[in-house]
Amino acid sequence: MYNFFSSLSSWMIPAIIVFIPLYAALRRKVPVYETFVEGAKDGFGTAINIIPHLVGMMVAISMFRASGAMELMLSGVRPLFDLIGIPSEVLPLGILRPLTGAGSLAFTADLIQTFGPDSMIGRMASTIQGSTDTTLYVLTVYFGAVGIRRTRYALKVGLFSDLVGFLAAIFICMYIFG
Amino acid sequence: MVNWIWLFMIVISVVVAAITGKMDAVTAAAFDGAKSGVTVSFGLISIMVFWLGMMRIAEDAGLLKTLAKLLGPIVRKLFPDIPPNHPVLGYIMSNLSANLFGLGNAATPMGIKAMQELQKLNPDSATATPAMCTLLALNTSSITIVPTTLIAIRMNYGSANPAEIIGTTLFATFIATGAAILADRWYRRKSLPPSSFHTTGTKTINAAPPFGGDGVV
Repeated sequence: MYNFFSSLSSWMIPAIIVFIPLYAALRRKVPVYETFVEGAKDGFGTAINIIPHLVGMMVAISMFRASGAMELMLSGVRPLFDLIGIPSEVLPLGILRPLTGAGSLAFTADLIQTFGPDSMIGRMASTIQGSTDTTLYVLTVYFGAVGIRRTRYALKVGLFSDLVGFLAAIFICMYIFG
Repeated sequence: MVNWIWLFMIVISVVVAAITGKMDAVTAAAFDGAKSGVTVSFGLISIMVFWLGMMRIAEDAGLLKTLAKLLGPIVRKLFPDIPPNHPVLGYIMSNLSANLFGLGNAATPMGIKAMQELQKLNPDSATATPAMCTLLALNTSSITIVPTTLIAIRMNYGSANPAEIIGTTLFATFIATGAAILADRWYRRKSLPPSSFHTTGTKTINAAPPFGGDGVV
């Protein structure tokens, strides 16, 4: 099982970056290099545009950790989490993930910085952050765009799948990296 | 919502720091946090530039369209109430395949286009249709093949193997999407017979009971 997941991880990117240009060049006669450069130009703006979001959120999270407020908040749930062997540090991420994309990304970066990218917490945080989208944002943007006010069960379904994804991420990380 | 979380964290930090006497540490942390925010964003540049370049090749080669076609049968199954060959199915397929490639910037406009088309099929323009809820369910759980942002952050902080989380992320995203589809099906079925009228325990913002108007019981 570990071998499957680790080879899936190490083959995915090489497979994609070989297959896409090869297929494009041979089957569709796409000028691959020029097309690459053209598309790559958008990447710079995308990365720069999130600076204000990330700075705002990382300031708040950094203060929250340094003041001892984070520890205070986590001390309540720690015994329960210790009992099942889950690091309680990832709990705030589970709460933030559906609510704010920049906030949970900042929190993930903070956990990776504090505990190291290859620690269990770092791996869990990466998996949690990568596996679902920001439910509240998606609902606001999509329903807002067409003026839907009564959203029926959409929020419940979104939050339920976030919870399931959060638990699945914790489980698979403990199973594979534990 | 986000405004309150942000305000909460800052205010509580200062209050707790005042009690514990860690005010200097909190001040330093504020500036450190700002610095980290910029560092992380800069770390994203390399992988974003590279990935979006790759994805442009995929787009020009028609791979997104091919993938959308492959998704066709699944999409038609998930949206039984949309007439076959309706243009909205095309938007939904493009939206889902852009999500798979991790192209948030392309997925959102396609998703909004799909919502606009679904709105045309909607008898009550203020209330979400089941098809809209299904589209939202798929988008909130969003399957992504390569979590580029996370790989970039892990790279930035010196991970020995930044991409090792691809497998675990795929697993978790797959389970989350499965859960979203099942929950959506369940609510969809539950909302069909107008006679059975009972609310669940969970309170949600804006969620109206099936066929119940504004929930005046």
